[in-house]
Amino acid sequence: MTFRKYLVLVGVTVFSTLGDSLLARGMKEFGGVSLHNFSGLLFAILNPWVSVGIVLLLAFFACYMSALSWADLTYVLPATSLSYVLVAVVARIRFHEQISPTRWLGIALIAAGVGFVAAGPSLTPSRRRHAHRENGQPEHDRAEALSQEAKP
Amino acid sequence: MNDLYAWVSIALITLAATTGDVLLAYSMKRVGDVGEIWKTNGLFAVVARILTTPTFFLGVLAMAVAFYSLLFGLSWGNLSLVVPASASLTFVGNALAAKIFLHERVGRRRWIAALLVAAGVALMAV
Repeated sequence: MTFRKYLVLVGVTVFSTLGDSLLARGMKEFGGVSLHNFSGLLFAILNPWVSVGIVLLLAFFACYMSALSWADLTYVLPATSLSYVLVAVVARIRFHEQISPTRWLGIALIAAGVGFVAAGPSLTPSRRRHAHRENGQPEHDRAEALSQEAKP
Repeated sequence: MNDLYAWVSIALITLAATTGDVLLAYSMKRVGDVGEIWKTNGLFAVVARILTTPTFFLGVLAMAVAFYSLLFGLSWGNLSLVVPASASLTFVGNALAAKIFLHERVGRRRWIAALLVAAGVALMAV
């Protein structure tokens, strides 16, 4: 794991949180969409909050795809779940919502889970990937994965 | 009756989101390290390789199904049940699916992480 790869994981976390918040804020301004004015959804993207939110969610998707190209799914998902915590923090600061003790406990559990997975290897060697390498994929990835797995 | 619909939608969301995540992870592993490809062949090569991977589109399709199931679920159940229940179950479902279909080595460390996060997400909604 290089510094740049950690930066991509941070990107996944931050872009998804900000994108969702901006989208929610824009849609609230826009008002409820019912089946009668479904075409109104097309105009929702004209709302600046919504359009910036969509751009951020596209950035999230790019970071997420990049992360999945060099790390396991079971690594990326828990490692980026801090976004749930970030949403609570944003709600606390921006909207002055109270955070109940159970929510604090939830935040603590998520943080513990993130710490647990982030301390381990990001990529584990697998049967399928071994088969790929025999078809001419670079060998150093496998060596890196094996050396990472050897770490505690 | 509304409860039943809410749980049906939770099952649908979990199934579709897990399928989508696994298909996307599988596609990106086939594409290879995006950073390396970008460095050697440029951004255009990255986009071209992703767009020529058929499972990528299946993954996006599954994600779209999950999104519409969520809209369906939200019209039946309340937000505070459907969102955390499906998110939490998706974490556990992904750990299982990654082990079975992607042959990832889900060791004790990753199981604990997945379960901690799933429990945490469920608690956040209370």
